[in-house]
Amino acid sequence: MQASAPKSQMELTMPTPTNSSALGASEGTSASTIKLSATDLNFHYGSFQALHGISMKIYANRVTAFIGPSGCGKSTFLRTLNRLNEAVRNTRVDGTVLLDGQDIHDIEVSELRRRVGMVFQRSNPFPKSIFENVAYGLRINGMASNRARLREAVEQSLRRAALWDEVKDKLNQSAYGLSGGQQQRLCIARALAVNPEVLLLDEPCSALDPIATAKIEDLIFQLKDSCTIVIVTHNMQQAARVADFTGFFLLGRLIEFDGTTVIFKNPAKKETEDYVTGRFG
Amino acid sequence: MTSLHTLRRKAVNAVMLSLTGLCTFAAAGTLVFILGYLFVHGAKDLSLDFFTKLPTPVGETGGGMANAIVGSAKLLLIAMLVGVPIGFLGGVYLAEFGGATFSFLVRYVTDLLNGVPSIVIGIFAYTLIVLPQKHFSTIAGGLALGVMMIPIAVRSTEEFLRAVPASLREGAMALGASRTKSILTVVIPAAKNGIMTGIMLNLARVAGETAPLLFTSFSNRFWSPGWEQPTAALPVMIFTYAISPYEDWHQQAWAAGFVLLMLVLSVNIIARLLLAKRKHVAR
Ligand SMILES: Nc1ncnc2c1ncn2[C@@H]1O[C@H](COP(=O)(O)OP(=O)(O)O)[C@@H](O)[C@H]1O
Ligand SMILES: [Mg+2]
Repeated sequence: MQASAPKSQMELTMPTPTNSSALGASEGTSASTIKLSATDLNFHYGSFQALHGISMKIYANRVTAFIGPSGCGKSTFLRTLNRLNEAVRNTRVDGTVLLDGQDIHDIEVSELRRRVGMVFQRSNPFPKSIFENVAYGLRINGMASNRARLREAVEQSLRRAALWDEVKDKLNQSAYGLSGGQQQRLCIARALAVNPEVLLLDEPCSALDPIATAKIEDLIFQLKDSCTIVIVTHNMQQAARVADFTGFFLLGRLIEFDGTTVIFKNPAKKETEDYVTGRFG
Repeated sequence: MTSLHTLRRKAVNAVMLSLTGLCTFAAAGTLVFILGYLFVHGAKDLSLDFFTKLPTPVGETGGGMANAIVGSAKLLLIAMLVGVPIGFLGGVYLAEFGGATFSFLVRYVTDLLNGVPSIVIGIFAYTLIVLPQKHFSTIAGGLALGVMMIPIAVRSTEEFLRAVPASLREGAMALGASRTKSILTVVIPAAKNGIMTGIMLNLARVAGETAPLLFTSFSNRFWSPGWEQPTAALPVMIFTYAISPYEDWHQQAWAAGFVLLMLVLSVNIIARLLLAKRKHVAR
């Protein structure tokens, strides 16, 4: 019953191009291009329902942030978008998610995951060299036609992740020699290497210091041109800084979804206001 | 009252401390004693001849155990060819694919197999190979040792694969790797050092086995030319020479014991170093 509340709310407050242009985020028509759209999404871990009727549209070349107290289902929702939760035993999903209008369950899963990349809360470089970490996705997806092309793609990805200058002399060293912030940018480079259309970032800065965090936020601004970005964060300043749209989750429900300024300055729901003003228990 | 309590506690503490200390000393002391004793008795008769010459007939002095050293190496090679693939693949299955009930059964069976006395495994190889062929052979001995390797190979492979963080698997799958591909390209390479360490320790463990060889590879006073003939092996030589009535054979047995111990010890140390390196890399 309650599941429908956020949905109708969302239809009412679905951001229009005017909303986002108010943020200075929109030029031209791409603001209205829908990259991903979820409808009535429910998710169960065994008998526990973690997501209740989530409906949401994610716009192309925009940054969408999810906020909410921990355990409210932000990661779970993110992981349904690339079907990574399928790997968890004893789970069930219903409802639809469309990528460019196509049901993600009709897309071959490895193809979907190539198009929808993901960066995790804790950086998880492979126990391989820096070069091999970035090359990994290219290799397994058969995108490395020859050695020269591979090197070029690796360099380009590292540049896009603003890491190239720091690692160009030690590409063959273990990724574990890098600092925490560098490791996280390496994971971003690794995700970018396969040219994803969407990049899902699950609290990418939660383990990083402010300087490393600032670097990743800069990166997000630059990547917007080529990617649609969805970021989970428990840092509300971060959401306010980087996101064009923000969704507020509570206990597995999407309470409110709107332009970021609306969510932070003028939210429609009392729960949202309580949370963004820090009055939440 | 309180002081009595404290006194009692202190006394119990002192007794426990000295008791556990004593036992630790006894355990470590035994090892040091064996090492020292073997060194004193074994090392002094060790010459180049030991590694290059065949055993001499009774009554003649000199000679070595070259055939037993090569024999042991051949037996261990076969053991590895049998035990490692089966153990490794079994471990991969248990860690990555096994359903709960079936995995429980397999684990239970491997634990049972691990508890089977080695001589019984010798009988198994004897029945399987020696009886039908009507002669002892290197193959039969190697098979017995290989079967002995399987349970530990399965379990150590499984443990090291399980120790690979789930975040690495997810990282690979999030890039489009299938489950199998992520296991082959990320999980197994991440566990590689650990798995290899397990295999080396396992190999060192069966290298000293005597009982299952007695009626499989038997023994041989000469070179064993292929895989179908009986062969000498270090542990069996130690056994035969040590229970012989000849003084110079006793000396040879000590020397063989010393060589075997050194081999096992160095494999152990190399394996531990490998493992230490792995821990360093994986944080
Ligand atoms: N693998 C899992 N098995 C069972 N329950 C889970 C699992 N992962 C998450 N949950 C539960 O689902 C809910 C949402 O979790 P999550 O999506 O991780 O929240 P968030 O990312 O917002 O902190 C929590 O109550 C959590 O305990
Ligand atoms: Mg989370």
